[in-house]
Amino acid sequence: MRFYEFECKLLLAKQGVPLPHGGTANNPEQARQLAAELRGPVVLKSQVLSGGRMKAGGVKFADTPEEAANAAAEILELPIRDQLPVCVSVEAKAAVAKEYYLGVTYDALAKKPVMIFSDMGGIDIEQVAEEHPGHVAKQHFSTLIPYTDFRAKELLASLGITGGELTALTGVATKLVRLFQQYDMTLAEINPLGKLEDGSFVVLDCHLDMEDEARERHQAVLDELGIKPDETRQGRPPTEFEIRGAQVDAVDHRGVAGRVVEFDGNLGLVIGAGGGSLTIFDAVQKYGGKPANYCEIGGNPSVNKAMELTKLILSKPGVDKIAVIMNVVSNTRADIVARGVIKGVVESGHDPAQKISIFRIPGSWEADAFKILGKYGVEYCDRSVSMSEAARRAVEKTGT
Amino acid sequence: MPAMFIRVDMTREVAGDRELANKLAEVCPVNIFAQAPDGSATIVEENLDECVLCELCVQAAPPGGVRVVKLYDGTVLER
Ligand code: SF4
Repeated sequence: MRFYEFECKLLLAKQGVPLPHGGTANNPEQARQLAAELRGPVVLKSQVLSGGRMKAGGVKFADTPEEAANAAAEILELPIRDQLPVCVSVEAKAAVAKEYYLGVTYDALAKKPVMIFSDMGGIDIEQVAEEHPGHVAKQHFSTLIPYTDFRAKELLASLGITGGELTALTGVATKLVRLFQQYDMTLAEINPLGKLEDGSFVVLDCHLDMEDEARERHQAVLDELGIKPDETRQGRPPTEFEIRGAQVDAVDHRGVAGRVVEFDGNLGLVIGAGGGSLTIFDAVQKYGGKPANYCEIGGNPSVNKAMELTKLILSKPGVDKIAVIMNVVSNTRADIVARGVIKGVVESGHDPAQKISIFRIPGSWEADAFKILGKYGVEYCDRSVSMSEAARRAVEKTGT
Repeated sequence: MPAMFIRVDMTREVAGDRELANKLAEVCPVNIFAQAPDGSATIVEENLDECVLCELCVQAAPPGGVRVVKLYDGTVLER
């Protein structure tokens, strides 16, 4: 789940990370007052969850309280990627001498968190890594052993940071790691971290993503920030299709079958098993297929859930066929999913043999699944056919 | 919609035995058995396809009392 920038800054402030003076305004008058209190030029930023604020006109500068009020009025009316801001931040404009990047995230391949530092802040870290790899330093660390100043200094010094700059940046880096671990973040990023002309540092912009599954553990801090349990906090509001998917998933406690993300292709996907969903989704695209949705099923959903998910996907305009693909399953029964999917297709008024392009769920109870699929004339395969090959066959049958 | 994959049969004796009806409702993990107000056992048709083929009902009833039929291949679970 994402946080608004002003919430990120409140969380950073709890760790003692230096921030610009300012606050948030819900209307132009409040922005005027804040600017007057700050006694100088200010920067006003739209508080939306999506990126691209600068390009969209959601960031403005003002030299006087009057200009700040006008800028706030414009920003508050400006939707960015279909989202109106919840408020506008008004902060003292800092005299920045240099910009840095500090970020913490998980490295899925290394299976460890990784601290990333760059002395070229203010632009996308991916772009810096590609165009100026010598200006990016990375350091994996353990979630068990406390992250120390020494480790931070090792990282920072690898890009030539020394002296007082090293001391100041070390403090920010260790606090960012602490925040990342304390609140189960999947991303904690300060970009840019500004070095002011007087040598001090201040967070100019930041981004925090919390692991969705960890929300309950952090109810206290979420309450403190006023974040309600039903706020999905994704980069865009959920579509009707996605809301209905969540309702399918909430029908009963058994397994997961309903976390869907909508796309506009013709191949509906009933996919899952760990990272399997991502692999299958990528494979469909690799073979030129157009997914109608992304989804995650697993943990042995009930027949009813698998059926409702199938019906939901088939109800989406433009869906020609569905592909049912999972990695080798142990905690999900292939026969239960087969029953649900076939029921869903039949209840939607279609012939399973025509609508299901492929069924590849090898593992637990696969023999029964294959009997069910065979009875309805559905093409199925076992683990000797890779997920990628199954995706290719689905795309071939469905058309691109 | 009628069940597509599973059928559960029980004898009149089993259905009419209050104690057994209670036991069947208790053991089935997916609520395929329910107890009617008069205490007899009934089959909850809309849950039939949720059957996980655990055979707990078959074991709870006397031999031949409950049979679970896989409609997709004709296999019968009974004792
Ligand atoms: S086999 Fe198990 S799930 Fe199926 S009806 Fe009997 S008790 Fe219920």
